Amino acid sequence: MPGILKIAYKLLINDRAKFAALLVGITFAVFLMIEMTSLFAGILSRSSSTVINIGASVWVMDPAVQTVANTIPLPDYVLDEVRSIPGVKYAVPLYSGGALLKLHDGTYQAVNVIGLDDTSLFGRPEIIAGNIQDVFAENAFIAIRDAEFYKLENPRIGTEFELNDHRGVIVAIGQVASSALFGVPTLYTTYNRALQYIPNTRFTISYLLVEPKTPEDIARIKARVAKRGYLALTRDEFVAKISDFYMFRTGIGTNMMLMTLISFIVGLSISGQTFYTFILENIDKFGAIKAIGAKGSELVFMILFQATFVALTGYGLGVGLCAGLIWLARWRLPDYAAQVTFINLGTAFVMVVVIAGLSSYVGVRKVLRIEPFDIFRG
Amino acid sequence: MAATAIRAVGINKWFGEGEARTHAVKDVSFEASFGEMLYVVGPSGSGKTTMLSMISGILRPSSGTVAIEDADIWSLSSDALAEFRLQRIGFVFQDYHLFPRLTTAENVAIPLILQHREWDAALAEAARNLDIVGLKDRAELPPLKLSGGEQQRVAIARAIVSRPDILIFDEPTASLDGDTGRNILRFVREQILSHQRCIVIVTHDSRIYEFADRIMRMEDGRISGVERSQLDAH
Repeated sequence: MPGILKIAYKLLINDRAKFAALLVGITFAVFLMIEMTSLFAGILSRSSSTVINIGASVWVMDPAVQTVANTIPLPDYVLDEVRSIPGVKYAVPLYSGGALLKLHDGTYQAVNVIGLDDTSLFGRPEIIAGNIQDVFAENAFIAIRDAEFYKLENPRIGTEFELNDHRGVIVAIGQVASSALFGVPTLYTTYNRALQYIPNTRFTISYLLVEPKTPEDIARIKARVAKRGYLALTRDEFVAKISDFYMFRTGIGTNMMLMTLISFIVGLSISGQTFYTFILENIDKFGAIKAIGAKGSELVFMILFQATFVALTGYGLGVGLCAGLIWLARWRLPDYAAQVTFINLGTAFVMVVVIAGLSSYVGVRKVLRIEPFDIFRG
Repeated sequence: MAATAIRAVGINKWFGEGEARTHAVKDVSFEASFGEMLYVVGPSGSGKTTMLSMISGILRPSSGTVAIEDADIWSLSSDALAEFRLQRIGFVFQDYHLFPRLTTAENVAIPLILQHREWDAALAEAARNLDIVGLKDRAELPPLKLSGGEQQRVAIARAIVSRPDILIFDEPTASLDGDTGRNILRFVREQILSHQRCIVIVTHDSRIYEFADRIMRMEDGRISGVERSQLDAH
């Protein structure tokens, strides 16, 4: 490390009170920013869990659908029409709906029931215990071992239950990529059994799952579906539509963004003010070494190094603290939704760079303005 | 005859604009030689600090020239002038301006570090200079643990560590009691001054006049008189 940076480093860390205040400010800001954005990322990811878990390339739905959970049933003839579109390899119905499951202790637990196409079982979960073929047995259901599994009293194969006053039995345990958002366990069964167990309106298909012959066929399928007054979206488009809904139409996104902004302002205030005080306390010394022969660029380098060191250390501590808290929360609350993504980390990093930049800018201006002659004048 | 270290010719300094314009230094010319300890004395506001800043390459004169060993320092660019100060001029400030969060040795090593010397080599050289000023055992202490006189010695060690041939002292005894101030100046006279070094001291402390070779009096921005000190008699 060049000597001038070593001096800057020692000036910084030897002033323990200010160094600690700077670190606390930035660490706290980073922690809050990552925690907020991670919670939001977790919510967004889980809000699309059914879309991700089922994995169909194209979803056909009513245009008024906002989220995967709020289904608007489609008439059966839409299935036939979609199957007749050139470029469709296959199309199957999907049922998604809520039901009440009576537990052994007599309490009720809301569950989400996914009804898969009876013929193909397209969108089935990965089976970790039991046999997928058993789903065709009488009253058969597959329980999903996710963060909500314990709410079904950790059922095993053969466990019986009541679902909307019908007998049900667990024939297999499956797992999926993502848990649902609202803390509700999921059961998979066949499409027709789902219709038998759950009261329905005149139309019963929640979504049509479509596989195009080639990716180029998607545009044609979308156009033909739109002509019929329905909406066809690719998996990514559907996920984006759901995310947009939570982000812009529920207030969750606005609140999270506000909290992130507040964290940024808090971090900026604490570190900016502390760094400014730090510079102010040493300003005469900076002036003195300027008189001795330090160039302006060297002093700027020193200050930028100090700001960068504090920012990176605070960033690391903030990320660590956030990861620790999420780990702790998941340990106690298995369905805790926070999810740290590279985008969260990148956003927080950019904000920390801005905090460090703005904080050091004030110091740099101050140091560049100090004239060695002012030192002589006292 | 000793070589000329500093030659100031017709230097003037104005501050401010319009009615607030002040003529702080008025047509000052003088020379200082190597091996000489020159005092600049005078009442507050007489322009001595302004003049000191101009001859040390810190404050640009409004007119006139300042040459150090025949090199016109104010013809240098700002970075070149900073480099010139770093190599040729040592400063001892009135309030010392030592970094309280660095050790004494680290403070002394700053000019060497600015000259891009290796950290360990700079600290070793700083320790040698602290030894010269009698503070070798204080090298690892922060300046605030030292007395005023000791801090002044640290500032002197910092000023001489890069072996400059011009030393500039600004009110070196202002924060010291009489005995300490005299001891410091005696030390500077006996240990720091050499035939290869010129020392200019701004002061209004008459108790230390006895250590000067020449005393240049300033009044109202002008040189009002130059006198040889009692040292010449010895």
